[in-house]
Amino acid sequence: MIASGSAKRNYKLRVWRQKNGETPGRFAEYSAREIPADASFLEMLDIVNEGLIARNEEPIAFDHDCREGICGMCSLVINGTPHGPNRATTTCQLYMRHFADGQTIVIEPFRAGAFPVLRDLIVNRSALDRIQQAGGFISVRTGAAQDANSIPIAKPAADKAMDAAACIQCGACVAACPNASAMLFLAARVSHFALLPQGQPERTQRVLNMLEQHDAEGFGNCRNHYECEAVCPAEIPALFITNLNREYVMAEVKRAVE
Amino acid sequence: MTNGLDAHIPAGPIEKKWDLHKFESKLINPANKRKFEIIIVGSGLAGAAAAATLGELGYRVKCFCYQDSPRRAHSIAAQGGINAAKNYQNDGDSVQRLFYDTIKGGDFRSREANVYRLAEISAAIIDQCVAAGVPFAREYGGLLANRSFGGAQVSRTFYARGQTGQQLLLGAYGALCKQIADGNVQMFPRTEMLDVVVVDGHAKGIVVRDMVSGKISSHAGDTVVLASGGYGNVFYLSTNAKGCNVTATYRAYKKGAFFANPCYTQIHPTCIPVSGDYQSKLTLMSESLRNDGRVWAPKKPHDQRLPKEIPEEERDYYLERKYPSFGNLAPRDIASRAAKQVCDEGRGVGDTCLGVYLDFAEAISRLGEKTIRERYGNLFDMYHKITNEDAYKTPMRIFPAVHYTMGGLWVDYNLMSNLSGLHVLGEANFSDHGANRLGASALMQGLGDGYFVLPNTIGNYLATQAGKKADPRGPEFKKAEEDVLNRTRRLLGIRGKKSVDDFHRQLGLLMWDKCGMARNEAGLREALKQIPALREEFWENVNVLGEEEELNQSLEKAGRVADFLEFAEITCYDALNRRESCGGHFREEFQTADGEAKRNDEEYAYVAAWEYVGDGRPPQLHKEPLEFEAAHLATRSYK
Repeated sequence: MIASGSAKRNYKLRVWRQKNGETPGRFAEYSAREIPADASFLEMLDIVNEGLIARNEEPIAFDHDCREGICGMCSLVINGTPHGPNRATTTCQLYMRHFADGQTIVIEPFRAGAFPVLRDLIVNRSALDRIQQAGGFISVRTGAAQDANSIPIAKPAADKAMDAAACIQCGACVAACPNASAMLFLAARVSHFALLPQGQPERTQRVLNMLEQHDAEGFGNCRNHYECEAVCPAEIPALFITNLNREYVMAEVKRAVE
Repeated sequence: MTNGLDAHIPAGPIEKKWDLHKFESKLINPANKRKFEIIIVGSGLAGAAAAATLGELGYRVKCFCYQDSPRRAHSIAAQGGINAAKNYQNDGDSVQRLFYDTIKGGDFRSREANVYRLAEISAAIIDQCVAAGVPFAREYGGLLANRSFGGAQVSRTFYARGQTGQQLLLGAYGALCKQIADGNVQMFPRTEMLDVVVVDGHAKGIVVRDMVSGKISSHAGDTVVLASGGYGNVFYLSTNAKGCNVTATYRAYKKGAFFANPCYTQIHPTCIPVSGDYQSKLTLMSESLRNDGRVWAPKKPHDQRLPKEIPEEERDYYLERKYPSFGNLAPRDIASRAAKQVCDEGRGVGDTCLGVYLDFAEAISRLGEKTIRERYGNLFDMYHKITNEDAYKTPMRIFPAVHYTMGGLWVDYNLMSNLSGLHVLGEANFSDHGANRLGASALMQGLGDGYFVLPNTIGNYLATQAGKKADPRGPEFKKAEEDVLNRTRRLLGIRGKKSVDDFHRQLGLLMWDKCGMARNEAGLREALKQIPALREEFWENVNVLGEEEELNQSLEKAGRVADFLEFAEITCYDALNRRESCGGHFREEFQTADGEAKRNDEEYAYVAAWEYVGDGRPPQLHKEPLEFEAAHLATRSYK
């Protein structure tokens, strides 16, 4: 499947088009022609959009920003898989050399009840921000911190916290989950703080509040499908969900005792 | 050429200025803080840190960003690290040394008092971040680890793998989330600022477009804070996010704020080379790679051999050769220019011959692949995804790319623009990096401005504004809204033949060619002829489809590119005016015999602040002289 950088290929696209949240959407077919193998997936869409604009047809709307895999703004379900076929890769870091000449590519938005479509391939993911607002932080007044080296943190714990903190909040875990659960995201946030000494004072309340918000937003429960782990571009392991469950049980017990 | 610029630098010795200034600054009592409304545009490190801190202090804050979540601001993409004068390595670091390195790194074109303050607060930034849960890299003993960055001979850079910006932004975003939950900050994502509203000479509000509904509305406040980032995308291809734009700062410029030093643009030496004209952005490979990677090019021009076939004696490790004491860790502007020289000599590598090697073979044989993987694994992976090459086996190919802009709106010591009531933070202002920013200093400045500087200085302005609320239904707001609407409708009404991206790409190529890594008078004059022509064509022949009141990405882009098409001119005027070479501004006419930048301190040791005086007229220059008392003007040498 690997092509040389200068080779050009053609594709058939089936793309979800939807004017706005109130209007029903549908698939539209386009041909993507003369696409360089070294173009990224989003650059392929740019080329298609330039063609549409030249024909006075409205370009396909899709979310993107940094185009280097870190901001979490890009999304897209590509041939049934959030962020496409490559492991640990956001859509913006996916390159056309991974798609065979003549292939049909189906492009849809991230679908979930909690992610309403805004236009074409753009969805509203602010539910994830509201989960963060429910407790995804350590309360520390600016200027109130002690010297950074006054609390040593064992390297393995710091590394594991970093593994969790690497989540880019793209929502692919939700789009991949049959229950549209955001628990991989939630588990990553809760674990990051639970693993650090600074996260201890608010540990109990944090998991309870964030989980409550998660459910209120309409995300489903985890049923161990592991689809989230398979599509996560930041390679957050589903093991963190076990951690989340433990945090939750401990918090509930603590609440019952108190 | 008037000099109406007072930087309000406090009196006293440099190491006492900030303390004295804080003491002399006006305080707002807690009950009164509730009465002030602060508008913040941008939610990156500077904007999020400011919004969270000001909200926590009791002000009522509104924060706006164009992304769907404040956590996606482009600070998130910073890879390498953040500097701080902690001296945890006991290697001779100090506030004084960080200050001096930054002044020297900026080629003596930054304001001393601001830079000293930044070095002073750097340590508190690290404390704040750790307390907020930022998982910085640690040593086995549990203490914080450091690495080295360009332009420094000490190890003072704190980092979180190759994702330091992400982790710092998450820290500030967490603090912002808490303030949103507590009701102190109201957040407006997917909302783009399109104008500043000035009432009686004071910035008192903004006009925004809701990017989902397309509705235009106004927000009034007691002060407006711009933390909207840099203007690197004027070059079209850069390491900035696609949405990064100059609109917020440029609109403020058109309302009277001076734009300072726009010609100081940073070209980062280690980016993945351009591969084709379909390319939409460039990707940085962190400067931290130069801790272990060695930069080289073949000695022979047009050498077509694979890198492994080129024997050691036929390689030119040109940074190590030219700058023996800093070697591969020479500052960015110097390393970029050296790469350009090598390519100009026909010694560039890769299909386009616009590239040099960054080679890890020596480090891998010394430390083992495992160690290199631990240090830079995610960067090697990213390189592989983009180029399909394995950098553990063959050297990376790198080339300089537009990365950061040192210029920005002029601000005084309080971070307030000459336009009263307009505060400017982070990359959007001009103040701390002079003509060249050192690696790992952008994160330091963004967080420093937001967490520690503005919250202490904003009272000086607000204390004068009690009872002076602007009426959001007043004529100034109405006029600004109408202007925005008319412009939007005009863009949608053109229905020409070329797309917005066509124009943007064309402008970018022109700017890269005439106002990029090297500039000269003839080229800049040519650019000043071509930009207005391109702009005219844009307003006659751009094709912006769709409607006003809907989610319309072409319209968003069109507004930004329209502003770039005007802004590009001030950049060229500034580059033309500055008849010297310094930092990222290299005028070919002004260089030493061995091709180094040649400063002219007698005539150009000043900040060039440009004032808008009407469409179609060159901007007017104002000068803020730079005085060096603590750091003495010297030729910048890394040899």
